[in-house]
Amino acid sequence: MSKVMVVTSGKGGVGKTTSCASLGAALAQAGRNVVVVDFDVGLRNLDLVMGAERRVVFDLVNVVQGDAKLPQALIRDKRIDTLSLLPASQTRDKDALTEEGVGRVIDELREKFDWIVCDSPAGIDKGATLAMRFADLAVVVANPEVSSVRDSDRIIGLLDSKTRRAESGEAMEKHLLLTRLDAARAARGEMMKVEDVLEVLAIPLLGTVAESPDVLTASNLGCPITLHSPTSPAARAYTAAARKLLGETVTVTPAREKRGFMSLLFGKKAVLQ
Amino acid sequence: MSILNFFSRNRSAPVARERLQLLLAHERTLAGKSDLVALLQREVLGVIARHIAIDPDKVIVKLDETGHVSTLEIDIEVPEGALARG
Repeated sequence: MSKVMVVTSGKGGVGKTTSCASLGAALAQAGRNVVVVDFDVGLRNLDLVMGAERRVVFDLVNVVQGDAKLPQALIRDKRIDTLSLLPASQTRDKDALTEEGVGRVIDELREKFDWIVCDSPAGIDKGATLAMRFADLAVVVANPEVSSVRDSDRIIGLLDSKTRRAESGEAMEKHLLLTRLDAARAARGEMMKVEDVLEVLAIPLLGTVAESPDVLTASNLGCPITLHSPTSPAARAYTAAARKLLGETVTVTPAREKRGFMSLLFGKKAVLQ
Repeated sequence: MSILNFFSRNRSAPVARERLQLLLAHERTLAGKSDLVALLQREVLGVIARHIAIDPDKVIVKLDETGHVSTLEIDIEVPEGALARG
């Protein structure tokens, strides 16, 4: 039974595309057949983060409009053979997508893959609502920062009202992925803690990813971090999150930062789930 | 971090959490109602405009829920003398 998962956030720049590439790769590394789909028509970037930017021939819009067949547009990852990418179009805009067309492509993808991971554009208009429309579950990516948390709350509201699943009266499974954490600053009270955000948003925690140079390195090189540096804390967090999505019981290892001498002495220890 | 910094710590996170809790409690009650407010505003404007020339921006519709009481507030600014002319 295939699963359609949307990675969404409302706000831009919180780590949706990185998280989409990393979770997709981690699910594929766990042996599942995975496709990551870029819904950010006009501002595609998943191809770049996945290192496939020079292999794009056809894209989602071509398939939706019937100008190309799905297999022509799918790009098989060179490093993990169970991972594919369906890129977005760079020269069109979001109006080129129709609900009926996207529904047809998702149905076709369901026949080929175990996991269909949809990378949502920022915002709440057509691109974002179509990315979530056919989802069975959602990963809401947020940073511990007021505007990101507010936008996430708005997105949670849309997931519970505008998706197919919500409209048919079924519950929408939602998971929170907190990225760009700085445990030392949270311990000093300068940044909201994981439990602060959890209390406000009230959806279950999938994982926490600390701010780290490894993440930037991986996207510089066009290689999902779970492949590029699998032992880094960020990669471990994404791998654990993927295992959790697969239904395994995983103890979430808290995101940690190196702590300064003073904070070791005086800073309260961040209590993470 | 110097000793001085340590004693004047910037604990802004609790403020962030409280502001969010207040704001989101309000915004959640509005979710799904924005369409209704726009519809009411358009229709109320339509009815009044048939009889009096009014500025569309001067019709304000507010829906509010506090506890068990819901209120619908409609505020229309009528140009000077418009009512007198009948």
